[in-house]
Amino acid sequence: MATNYRDLLDKTRSEIVNIDNDQAERLRREGVPFIDVREQDEVEQGMIDGATYIPRSFLESRIENVAPDKDAPVVVYCAGGARSAFAIKALEALGYSNALNLSGGFNSWKISDLPWRVPQSFTPEQRRRYSRHFLLPEVGEAGQRKLLDTKVLMIGAGGLGSPATLYLAAAGIGTIGLVDDDLVDDSNMQRQVAHTTDRIGMPKVESARIAIESINPDVVVNTYQTRLSKENVLDIFAGYDIIFDGTDNFASRYLINDACVLLDKPNIHGSIFRFEGQATVFHPPAGPCYRCLFPDPPPPELAPNCAEAGVLGVLPGTIGLIQATETIKIALGIGESLVGRLLAYDALYQEFRELKLDRDPACPMCGDNRITSLDDIEYTDVGCLIPAFAAD
Amino acid sequence: MSTTGTVTVLIPAPLRRFTGGESKVSSGGSSIAELIDGLEASYPGIRDKIVEDDGEIRRFVNVFVNGQNVRKLDGVATQVKAGDEVGIVPAMAGGSVA
Repeated sequence: MATNYRDLLDKTRSEIVNIDNDQAERLRREGVPFIDVREQDEVEQGMIDGATYIPRSFLESRIENVAPDKDAPVVVYCAGGARSAFAIKALEALGYSNALNLSGGFNSWKISDLPWRVPQSFTPEQRRRYSRHFLLPEVGEAGQRKLLDTKVLMIGAGGLGSPATLYLAAAGIGTIGLVDDDLVDDSNMQRQVAHTTDRIGMPKVESARIAIESINPDVVVNTYQTRLSKENVLDIFAGYDIIFDGTDNFASRYLINDACVLLDKPNIHGSIFRFEGQATVFHPPAGPCYRCLFPDPPPPELAPNCAEAGVLGVLPGTIGLIQATETIKIALGIGESLVGRLLAYDALYQEFRELKLDRDPACPMCGDNRITSLDDIEYTDVGCLIPAFAAD
Repeated sequence: MSTTGTVTVLIPAPLRRFTGGESKVSSGGSSIAELIDGLEASYPGIRDKIVEDDGEIRRFVNVFVNGQNVRKLDGVATQVKAGDEVGIVPAMAGGSVA
């Protein structure tokens, strides 16, 4: 029976498996999870490369998310091997049969010149702001860092762009670009929730900037009050990781698609019409591009465009947030994206259908004999004309 | 109209003016081509919106049988049977509307 701390530590160490730096480094290279159980201020000074930080007080509640297989090896460390020894006991009580104590801790690891890094830290304000993300093992601090490092370009600050922009800003997407040449008007208010009645008449990109900055000061906002053209599209897209298509016309949709294919950027696609919406992600070669699905735009007299046909005000919220969800998943690298799947939504019947999309090997944009320049492509705006196809 | 079996056809909003506003209609036929002929018999004018004069599906429309694009199957010759669900998905542009 231990009578003081030193006795208890010696006894605990004698009952667990302790490993040295060389053994640990071999395991680290094999991908064995490393758990850092020190305090926040210690971790901020540096941690073992690839390790996951779980404060000792949260070890029991969070370990299963990081190391779900209780028979697989897991390495636990602290500064000198004492706190981690007790942590091993806690893991054994949870059923872990192969939890290993790094006997020299981080201090010995660091002076042995083994791989470590200084984690980018969050301010106390950011820790509170993103705390619900930190609690998700699929996001966590590393994921939040990815979001803050991600640059998303929103094409269209209207029906689809508005709700998505608000949530992407709230989620901490670090850079949001806004492309729209339009001004806010009163007919937008029914659905374009990034704008407000007192901002009618203001450029949409400026109105959306105000909305973003009032939600999250972490976000850098770039505005482009212009219409996309083949002269400017590649330059604008080049500075972004993910392109969000929330436009209202076929010319822009084909232009966005083609530029995304040329620059190998994921294209988060959504469209709405009356009570129905579609959403997917185009990112060949994992899936098709927009031209694989719709090789040509409809002729003008058949082009459904919701400017004339109307749209249920909440519908762009539903579709825009599906697009925002896909954007976040791609930024984080989690889950299964809508690449190769079209989600078709009918608000009147509250039904979703999933349609399988395939690449077209003969696609002029992403197929075997692909176009390598936008110069020779005609982008004719067939929207906003006579929607005979759409007229009821 | 063929009586080989009832197939559910999902009519997209832009085509509902032909179906009296119905978003789901039943039609018969053993192939997509027959199904579209059946739709035309019930809802005159709808055929031209889905297929070209030569009978091939228009390039801004996709037709799916149980979630599979018929372009990857046998096109308008793709077989259908009772209980199948056929979706007609046209290109839509709406999003950021001034």
